[in-house]
Amino acid sequence: MAQATQRSTVPAIRKDRRKAPWPIEFYRSAVGKKWVMALSGVMLMGFVVSHLIGNLKLYLGRNEVNLYSEALRDMPGHLLPRTLLLWVIRVGLMGAFAVHIHAAVTLTQTNHKARATKYQSPREYLAANYASRTMRYSGVIIIAYVIFHLSDLTFGSGPHNLRGDAYNNLIYSLQRPWAAAAYVIANLALGLHLTHGAWSMFQSLGVNNPRINAFRRHFARGFAALIVVGNLSFPIMVQLHVMEPTCSANRTPKAQVAPCARAIAETASKITAGK
Amino acid sequence: MSLSNMKLKVTVWRQAGPNAQGAFKDYDLDNISPEMSFLEMLDTLNEQLNDRGEEPIAFDHDCREGICGSCGVMIDGVPHGPERGTATCQLHMRKFQSGAHIKIEPFRASSFPINKDLSVDRSAFDRIIESGGYISAPTGTAPDANLIPIPKGVADVSMDAAQCIGCGACVAACPNGAAQLFTSAKIQHLNLMPQGQAERWDRTINMVDTMENFFGSCTNHGECEAACPKEISIDFIALMNRDFVKAQLKQRRLAGQVFP
Amino acid sequence: MTLESNIPEGAIADKWDNHKFNVKLVNPANKRKFTIIVVGTGLAGASAAASLAELGYDVKIVSFHDSPRRAHSIAAQGGINAAKNYKNDGDSVHRLFYDTVKGGDFRAREANVHRLAQVSVNIIDQCAAQGVPFAREYGGMLDNRSFGGAQVSRTFYARGQTGQQLLLGAYQAMMRVVGLGMAELYNRTEVLEVVVKDGVACGVVCRNLVSGEVFSLAGHAVVMATGGYGNAFYLSTNAMQSNVTAAWRAHKQGAYFANPCYTQIHPTCIPASDDFQSKLTLMSESLRNDGRIWVPKEANDTRPAAQIPEEDRDYYLERRYPAFGNLVPRDIASRAAKREVDNGRGVGPQKNGVFLDFGAAIDRLGEDVIRDRYDNLFEMYDRITDENPYKMPMRIYPAVHYTMGGLWVDYNLMSNLPGLYVLGEANFSDHGANRLGASALMQGLADGYFVLPYTIGDYLAPMLGKPVVTAADPAFKAAETKVGDLTKKMLSIKGKRSVDDIHRELGKVLWDNCGMGRTEATLTKAISEIPAIREEFWTNVKVLGSNESMNQSLERAGRVADFLEFGELMCRDALHRKESCGGHFREEYQTEDGEALRDDENFAYVGAWEWEGVGNDPTLHKEQLTFENVHLATRSYK
Repeated sequence: MAQATQRSTVPAIRKDRRKAPWPIEFYRSAVGKKWVMALSGVMLMGFVVSHLIGNLKLYLGRNEVNLYSEALRDMPGHLLPRTLLLWVIRVGLMGAFAVHIHAAVTLTQTNHKARATKYQSPREYLAANYASRTMRYSGVIIIAYVIFHLSDLTFGSGPHNLRGDAYNNLIYSLQRPWAAAAYVIANLALGLHLTHGAWSMFQSLGVNNPRINAFRRHFARGFAALIVVGNLSFPIMVQLHVMEPTCSANRTPKAQVAPCARAIAETASKITAGK
Repeated sequence: MSLSNMKLKVTVWRQAGPNAQGAFKDYDLDNISPEMSFLEMLDTLNEQLNDRGEEPIAFDHDCREGICGSCGVMIDGVPHGPERGTATCQLHMRKFQSGAHIKIEPFRASSFPINKDLSVDRSAFDRIIESGGYISAPTGTAPDANLIPIPKGVADVSMDAAQCIGCGACVAACPNGAAQLFTSAKIQHLNLMPQGQAERWDRTINMVDTMENFFGSCTNHGECEAACPKEISIDFIALMNRDFVKAQLKQRRLAGQVFP
Repeated sequence: MTLESNIPEGAIADKWDNHKFNVKLVNPANKRKFTIIVVGTGLAGASAAASLAELGYDVKIVSFHDSPRRAHSIAAQGGINAAKNYKNDGDSVHRLFYDTVKGGDFRAREANVHRLAQVSVNIIDQCAAQGVPFAREYGGMLDNRSFGGAQVSRTFYARGQTGQQLLLGAYQAMMRVVGLGMAELYNRTEVLEVVVKDGVACGVVCRNLVSGEVFSLAGHAVVMATGGYGNAFYLSTNAMQSNVTAAWRAHKQGAYFANPCYTQIHPTCIPASDDFQSKLTLMSESLRNDGRIWVPKEANDTRPAAQIPEEDRDYYLERRYPAFGNLVPRDIASRAAKREVDNGRGVGPQKNGVFLDFGAAIDRLGEDVIRDRYDNLFEMYDRITDENPYKMPMRIYPAVHYTMGGLWVDYNLMSNLPGLYVLGEANFSDHGANRLGASALMQGLADGYFVLPYTIGDYLAPMLGKPVVTAADPAFKAAETKVGDLTKKMLSIKGKRSVDDIHRELGKVLWDNCGMGRTEATLTKAISEIPAIREEFWTNVKVLGSNESMNQSLERAGRVADFLEFGELMCRDALHRKESCGGHFREEYQTEDGEALRDDENFAYVGAWEWEGVGNDPTLHKEQLTFENVHLATRSYK
């Protein structure tokens, strides 16, 4: 019989790769990916909050909303060419979104490899909740909705869409019951995603301190609730006809060009006047 | 105080060897005393199997005091069974109702291959430790033990982490098959100590790297903490994540700034 | 063959230093040319493996566990002694030495014990440097407690898990050298034979417990750190897999087995609750610091503890030993409990325990203080018995816990077989007839970290450049065949009784006849009964399964087969030692008030037994013990 049998070795679940520069190396590690996910998540949370703040202007009327949407394009005043900063932010958000998704997909693949044979009897979860276990599904719903939402409003495929009249565009869009329903579902998914994500990010980023630990869960729930309640108010208000379009319902984009163009010009002049 | 004897039905995963096909098998048991530990219930079953010429069920166990970390199976879908903060060997049958149907499955993870029946190979944990889970203090090099005072609070938290028994329940519990709780407990036990500072950043990077060779990633379910027989906190995972990011930034050998 | 203890010359305090200077050294560049096989990865084995590999030796480590960290040292709760005198209460190396010799009832080798006390201080330094999270004072300094009846506070601890933390420290140091490629680890591998050629130990034959493959490891020296034999009794506080096999097979190859009758019975274990019980659980001895031990005054008093008024209780330790009270040494406390239970005053459903009552302590200190000190132990007790010790007294009873006997070794820790070293609980050397609390961890780490790395060079240095026996040698082939045949034989018996069933029978014979109290009659009875059980085993054992895969019944069968031979030796040793000392209590030899009666004139020696074949009387070799520094005296704890 052979001398020296080698000790048993369990094969690794990932391949050996050549050393890369440290940012890549960092992102290759799962802990690094989670850190990137948390950071991009924070950016996206920032977007969600500012989007909500902007949307709340719906309650102040059409003018405020349209002024707001113009102001976004004009950020930061005359320091940069018009829409440049907006595009920088958009690209940044898209980058964050893309990397958030990429990390999620690759980590999911790793995790499947880490347990190639599943449990053959039912699991009983003690701590993992519905939100944490459905992150990938709520995430997919959010992706799908964001694509629809952008094409509907930002790129203008929605009904009676008129560039510059964000207020009416949104109300026309949400008057369609199915669109309102999609909005509701997507925001519920977002709320679920945030309930876990806004807590999880603290752990991934290593933000752990006895003074704040108790607060982290509350923060996540509160944040998710704020977004869900705020965002859901819009389709509900529209469906209840509390919010109505300010232009006639059967406007066609062409017919409305003149008044709306005037509105835009007014807005622009107000902004330049520094109001 | 064995008042009444329990009747049980147990469904156990039987697998002849690492590469064999496994399947569940049902066994009926009566005369189980509520005073028995879970493993003594399996001993009793094994005696009966041996009597009737069926090979006994292989399962790992040793100290039966909840400290060696040898034992550990999935009991009704939970590592170490229904009682929190308790290893399989310290679980007693009085926690079950007579007539219960108990399903027993081995811990499952790609890097915990099954040896036989309920016994799994957890040597991947040893690979994680050998990649950095130590303080390099070769015998004879130590200064007087009281030369480095360690605040009581630090020693206590370090001990909270050091209690880990390496049973693998965290991996078994994790929906992602991740070993973050085990790895972070060891990293933080040493990283919190003044003696552990010299190797802190290398230790963190090397152990995380080795861990990721074998296990999945953490998505902060907290399932590991709930399953841990020593109730080790997932706070240590956050601390490990923080140290890992810091370590990435602290790789400054060229500038001669390798120290914390 | 005479036993050469190789104790160095000089005054007791200088012996170790002189010896370290006089031993031969192996040049650092030559160390890698020597292969050392370390069997067992508890405190002694892991610390030795790490230290030897750090020195540069080529180390091969064998552990039957799935991970070396699971060795049973991990279960030690209380603490580790060291003569640091951090408490400024008059401790010193000499006092630790004195206490250990006296506590061992004058049956230990003075020189070894003194060395142990000397290196104890280095152990704490070493462990602290490794990051062992010892308990600390608020100022950051190490905390100490008094333990096991010591008059000074010299015990270092890490909550109730000192053994775990010390073992993890040693394990991590060992895994470091494994990771660096300086040592090779064979886990789930059991040593089943020690290979001896021309009277020299030159390797081991192992079996891979997952694949069943039998293979050999050859080396210049074999270091055995395989623990004690307490599981011979079936029920003990030892881990289920703890066994005597490696040591016993070395014994059968010619190594002498010393003082096997010295077994320590620990007074504070949870009593067995039924016949199916697989093992006993120890509760830390520290409980006796605040708990009061009592039984009802009347036999067969079945009232619940709370309903037994103060005047019907007998606090028998406080009554009989007013000075030490509940803190008398382990052997005394154990025998006293046995006496009460034998007199029918036992408590609990099986009437097999005594009360350990915290009622008074809770009244005096408050529940919070008690919770702070013992909560993890109380919780463990509650989990096992479903009784809340805050509300009702615990029930405790003595159980086999530690074995002082073991393979005979000289001052260098080498057995009478050149090349075979024995460390930790597996050797006989430092505790005499009784081990003091918190000394086992100290001895295991002393042997591994600070003794063997010095002494092994003395043996290896002259072997440089000499031819070595390789695993291809016929001696290895023969040993492999022998191991394979034994396995096949056990599988082929196909009898009716399970391995555990036979083990339980042996355990009962040993416990009843060679347990806490022994007499000539019981020992003679056991010696006549054990061969029959052995015969039963070899004709009627039922081991199912095959040799080609994991087979836990087969593993246990091999171990029980060795216990069946070993148990007889233990009884023979107990029979021949016509005195009582420490963990060996012969009922014929006791004082009027029931204390152990030593016979220093006739028995102040180490009894080392030579194997003469199954069923044959072993040959006794004596190593006379001399006490020049601690004067022979009767222990008194009154």
